[in-house]
Amino acid sequence: MTTLAQKIIANACKKSDVGPGEVVVCKVDLAMIHDSGGPRRVKPILEKLNRKVWDAEKVVVVTDHYVPIESEETRAIHELTKKWVLNQDIQNFYDQQGICHVVVPEKGHLKPGMFCVGGDSHSPTGGAFGAYMFGIGATEMAGVLATGEIWLKVPKTIFIKWKGKLNNLVTAKDMMLATCRKIGMGGGQYQAIQYIGEAIYDLSVQDRMTLSNMAAELGAQTGLIAPDDKTIDYIKSSGGLVPENWKSFRLDEPTSDASVNEFDASTLSPQIAAPHSPENSENADEFANTVFDVAYIGACTGAKYVDLAAAASVLKGRKIASGISLKVAPASLKDEKQAFEDGILKILQDAGAEFLPNSCGICAGYGKDRLAEGQVCLSSTARNFQGRMGAPTSEVYLASPYTVAASAVVGKMTDPRKLMVN
Amino acid sequence: MSRLWLFEETINTDVLAPGFYMKSPLAELSQHCLEAVRPEFASKVKKGDVLLAGDNMGVGSSREQAAEVLKFLGISCIIAKSFAGIFYRNAINLGLPAFLLPKDSQLPKEFVDGSSVVFDFENSILFLEGSGIQINLDPLPAFLQELINDGGLVPHLEKRFDEK
Repeated sequence: MTTLAQKIIANACKKSDVGPGEVVVCKVDLAMIHDSGGPRRVKPILEKLNRKVWDAEKVVVVTDHYVPIESEETRAIHELTKKWVLNQDIQNFYDQQGICHVVVPEKGHLKPGMFCVGGDSHSPTGGAFGAYMFGIGATEMAGVLATGEIWLKVPKTIFIKWKGKLNNLVTAKDMMLATCRKIGMGGGQYQAIQYIGEAIYDLSVQDRMTLSNMAAELGAQTGLIAPDDKTIDYIKSSGGLVPENWKSFRLDEPTSDASVNEFDASTLSPQIAAPHSPENSENADEFANTVFDVAYIGACTGAKYVDLAAAASVLKGRKIASGISLKVAPASLKDEKQAFEDGILKILQDAGAEFLPNSCGICAGYGKDRLAEGQVCLSSTARNFQGRMGAPTSEVYLASPYTVAASAVVGKMTDPRKLMVN
Repeated sequence: MSRLWLFEETINTDVLAPGFYMKSPLAELSQHCLEAVRPEFASKVKKGDVLLAGDNMGVGSSREQAAEVLKFLGISCIIAKSFAGIFYRNAINLGLPAFLLPKDSQLPKEFVDGSSVVFDFENSILFLEGSGIQINLDPLPAFLQELINDGGLVPHLEKRFDEK
């Protein structure tokens, strides 16, 4: 019996089947790069190798890190990026339209069965579409761009199974923080994770993206979810062409020797992870009354349309507490527009939110809004390493958009269900 | 003779290459390497030094500057109990050798931060200077050994393209 990961990899290396541990060379279907690790890093290498990109149609470039342009240094990075894209005849260029992991699927680029690389660690997000997608560094990306190939050690698949139904105000983000605690940040062992079970398929596609995205926090190479009708509807509505054979990638039975980590969604409470690791998570109640300065709804992990809508459902008719600043950086321009049309932005604004550009922003420690010395942030993002979001003495707690929003209203960290019963 | 830099904790890419300095040239970024956890590192580290870390070395971002700054500062070899996958690939691609401690082995207690060590790349052995104490590391797979011998992925590809 083959796993979804093995089937995609076997296709990509043109073999009938592959087994865990085998080293293979795969053809890449799509390579995604951004302004930080992309053109400014790969251009000199490609020039040294005297090569252009192997297939301009298979390359997608997104500017999302140095957004907005706020210095001569960052302006130079944008200029270089634009010139390089033009020079390489790359049509798939999304300039300041949001974060790559959200923009690439919303433009219809990802489909079940694809083998993809991204120049960013959260590239496993593509796994939510049944694509084998993983992050690589810039030199390795230059190698892919020059050859269209990459080597891979065929992974085993580690299954994360969520049975039961999630309770109200409990989200995909809470599932991931609980998973991080249970198996640890190294628990993915750079193997393929696949999320299975009723609670997974109940989620919307954007919520599933949060799971695949945070496969990075489990140390996995990718985080797959087998495609279903929801996946296909999303791809169609994004203008993507659905492969006729997509159902052949609907493989989600664990192999007999596979490790399966089982969780029960019906008993899961909202989670908060303490500094400085996502695996420091506990029930949000354990952090009740912890004070903080900044509430952040941002990043590919925590500011997609579904995340903005979740925050708004808590903030409707409420105001954030004095002393707290609520910053919202919608993950993409498309999601921001949709949230505007649906009245979600108005709710957030009325509650006292300040809006930031559609970019990686504070989550990556980029830009002027990064955390100051000693600031404490409760964030809907993925990663709370020491100093990541600003000064070395700043502290970041991670939670779902519901929990971030409810805590901003209360002025202290809280289980959002405490606020919503009142 | 090289200094051993020993880290018990998990070292992530944000402390190796802090986001705020990522727009800066490598020389400047390097000066902030590990400043959040070991402020003296960047100014004290010398060419040829060896870094030995705990579990999940290099966890986090795909930014290869996390490995590149270590190479720039002179680190000749990284040894860890386990590596984050992207960091491991980046280090090798940049021609910086990365070795695993053998599974379930204990680091001899004589190896401490600041120890004088000698690293034998050919045989993947780390010697504690003048003591007869050594650690045998897991050898690299042959094709990765070749990448390192070529000086990293770029020189390796140059060689491959030249041969065609």
